Amino acid sequence: MADAVIVVVLLLVAATATAAVATRDPSRQALVLSLQGVVLAVLFTVLQAPDVALSQLAVGSALTPLLIMLSVRKVRRRARTTDEGGDG
Amino acid sequence: MSRRLRLAVLAVGGTGLAALLVLACLDLPSFGGRWHPYGEAAVRASLDRHTANTVAFVNFDLRAHDTLGEMSILFAAVVGCVVLLRQARDEHREPPQPSDVAPPVRRYALLVLPVALVVGLYVVAHGQLSPGGGFQGGVVAATALHLLYLGADYRALERVRPIGTYEVTDALGTCAYLVVGLAGVLAGTAFLANTLLPYGTFNTLSSGGTVPLLNAAIGMEVTSAVVVLLARFLDQAVEIEEEQGS
Repeated sequence: MADAVIVVVLLLVAATATAAVATRDPSRQALVLSLQGVVLAVLFTVLQAPDVALSQLAVGSALTPLLIMLSVRKVRRRARTTDEGGDG
Repeated sequence: MSRRLRLAVLAVGGTGLAALLVLACLDLPSFGGRWHPYGEAAVRASLDRHTANTVAFVNFDLRAHDTLGEMSILFAAVVGCVVLLRQARDEHREPPQPSDVAPPVRRYALLVLPVALVVGLYVVAHGQLSPGGGFQGGVVAATALHLLYLGADYRALERVRPIGTYEVTDALGTCAYLVVGLAGVLAGTAFLANTLLPYGTFNTLSSGGTVPLLNAAIGMEVTSAVVVLLARFLDQAVEIEEEQGS
């Protein structure tokens, strides 16, 4: 029974990781990464490592996607202002 | 070096690494199983020193030096970020315009914020008793604060987050960890040795000797480090603009 759960969660991790790689737009990728973080946290919980799961949940599914989103926003805004500067 | 030669070197290296990895994995004990020598030794030592959460015991007692290293890495990374993401000479600050927040988003964010903050502080405070600890709780508490940015706007977040204070707290948390370690030296044992304080009653908040103190220091350090890190990123993403025509 426990082994079946582990196999299912491992497959989920593989599926979400593939989805994260296959997504090309960085801001969408951050969301998929966040989802993958949650699935990884479930995997660690199933493998009886709740401490690691908590770290993964906090860093992998909240902090990292947030930092990626902020970086993407900065890069896009910069591109927009340079475009305007070029026109004017 | 030509492309073909580089690929050949890469292939040799990759094949060697793959072979070594397979060799190493052949000797591993099988998945699951009942034989856990390190786990049993750690649990026995942890019970000897009245620490209910064995993982916290390993982090802050057996391997307190490793945690010191990890904490220094985080501290150095945040200092590096602060230096890299500072306002450069050809940039200026433009106060962001407040924009409307969708009512459901606002309601959800302001409802979840206090809950998430309390959960984060709870996880820090109970690091020596239940899963979690300074690092996990610190990250939760720090990210919880940023729900205010979702629910209200950047101005509101800046008001509850005086960045100078958090920078000082970050350094203080790092120092506190070192001071607890040095206290062991002054008391005549060893750096970061958990022989200083009484071990207390098992499964209470004050049990485990110096484990709760080191855990609290890490909680303080990580919370401030994440707040400072996110503040620098937010500044760059929201406020700092490049000068036009430069």
